[in-house]
Amino acid sequence: MAVLLDVLNLEVHYGGIAAVRGISFAVESGEMVCVIGANGAGKTTTLKALARMLPSAGEMHYRGERLDKLPSHALISRGLALVPEGRGVFARLTVAENLAMGAYHRPRHESGEIAADLDRVHELLPRLKERRGQLAGTLSGGEQQMLAIGRALMGRPQLLLLDEPSMGLAPLMVRKVFEVVRAVAAQGVTILLVEQNARLALEVCGRGYVMESGQITLADTAAALAADPRVRAAYLGE
Amino acid sequence: MDIFLQQLINGLTLGSIYALVALGYTMVYGILGLINFAHGEVVMIGALSSLTIIRPLADSGLPGPVVVLIGLFFAVLVCMALGFTVERVAYRPLRNAPRLAPLITAIGVSIVLQQLAMLIWGRSYHSVPALLPSGTHEVLGATFTEVQVIIVVVAAVTMMGLVLLVNRTRLGRAMRATAENPAIAGLMGVDANRIISLTFVIGSALAALAGVLVSANYGIAHYNMGFILGLKAFTAAVLGGIGNLAGAMVGGVLLGVIEALGAGYIGDLTGGVLGSHYQDVFAFFVLIGVLIFRPSGLMGEKVSERA
Ligand SMILES: Nc1ncnc2c1ncn2[C@@H]1O[C@H](COP(=O)(O)OP(=O)(O)OP(=O)(O)O)[C@@H](O)[C@H]1O
Ligand SMILES: [Mg+2]
Repeated sequence: MAVLLDVLNLEVHYGGIAAVRGISFAVESGEMVCVIGANGAGKTTTLKALARMLPSAGEMHYRGERLDKLPSHALISRGLALVPEGRGVFARLTVAENLAMGAYHRPRHESGEIAADLDRVHELLPRLKERRGQLAGTLSGGEQQMLAIGRALMGRPQLLLLDEPSMGLAPLMVRKVFEVVRAVAAQGVTILLVEQNARLALEVCGRGYVMESGQITLADTAAALAADPRVRAAYLGE
Repeated sequence: MDIFLQQLINGLTLGSIYALVALGYTMVYGILGLINFAHGEVVMIGALSSLTIIRPLADSGLPGPVVVLIGLFFAVLVCMALGFTVERVAYRPLRNAPRLAPLITAIGVSIVLQQLAMLIWGRSYHSVPALLPSGTHEVLGATFTEVQVIIVVVAAVTMMGLVLLVNRTRLGRAMRATAENPAIAGLMGVDANRIISLTFVIGSALAALAGVLVSANYGIAHYNMGFILGLKAFTAAVLGGIGNLAGAMVGGVLLGVIEALGAGYIGDLTGGVLGSHYQDVFAFFVLIGVLIFRPSGLMGEKVSERA
């Protein structure tokens, strides 16, 4: 399998504070990889650095290109999308407009395919179709999460970065979100998932990393991590 | 009755010009949280640069409205280039600076533009050739001129165009998304810098139009005309709720009407002590009143945390 994303010695500082301290990891094409870790471990910071929303040191290679040399707005046209922590829907835009923003970078001549993708997103997330005229800010938290995922899918990503898609959702909704993520992966999208819900994350993903205070302390297959006593004690509550 | 109607017509004319200018303030504020105090000077430069073209062409035998259109076209180009440059040179380097820095810079830019205009066009008042249809009509004892009709119609059509652009197009959607959250819009592939440049360019084009219209209305243009006009348009934007497009339009028209009615009745109200040349105070009463009683303006939501 081809390496899609290759990160070498990534470092991110907030002023004097080192939030990510020289981590290295890789994601192969078609994989589902999760990153688990306690609050403040640096997971969101890592994803933001990947999405070029924060300055960072170290190298990030994506499809043979230096990611760290690109501006944030150049990523989506290269197939890299982030569903940010806290969803980041445009509250004052309607559901339909948010979805249209997801396809903003796609050229006009793709309008037929964009319409087809919209149908697919509506099929996957029927609630979005019902609510398409509603302002996104008035959606429930779970619906906003659906919208954030649907919006990212409208960009036709190859690599989807998801930051805690289950945050703040009721158990039923959490399961629904994970179903959707699995369905997206089944369509061939590579997924890098950051999650507090380690149990579910390790269940759906093939491999995982454990992050602690800005460093990767464990890296293994999801099954091995789920069986690891350290992981069980710290993240699975056993 | 007729003075009421008369002042209503005058107020509407002036108000639609305020509205055009207020849109420039509100669009920039909506996207950057910046009050571009130099915006009034862009109106002035629009007025004076159009005159540079209009005056030599006035006796060329071309139809008057065509000459004005050519002048307008030139003024719009000049102001768009100016708005673009001001953002690039003065505001962009301060994008992440504390909020006072760009505000002071805006005042500095305003002074620079005024002095520049004085060097180019001199200190004298320039009369504007009357090239637009100048007939007058009467309704119910009030008179209105064809120029006034043109001003109101042109402003209304332009604003409708802007509303369609912002609410109905891909570009407008990207502008609204960027105004709400530039980092997230960036993830969708929106280059915030491009959108910000464009916002300045569009606002400046509206300012150029306002400059041509206001000088046609008064028949006069001057390097100092932008300051008070800018301040009033800013008041209109605040009155409507700064950051809100519809608010800027409503605020502009409302302010024009308040001012005109105030000027019409101030003599009666004060027993002749104060005359209609006190017109300008009304705008500032409105500004103070809004800031005290409803700082978010008529159509603004809450006072945003970026304010
Ligand atoms: N803008 C910021 N300025 C200063 N410090 C920050 C900033 N953002 C994050 N940090 C710090 O960086 C560290 C890592 O934060 P990050 O958001 O990456 O954690 P996380 O692993 O995503 O945690 P959580 O699971 O709670 O979302 C934390 O100690 C946090 O306080
Ligand atoms: Mg986080």
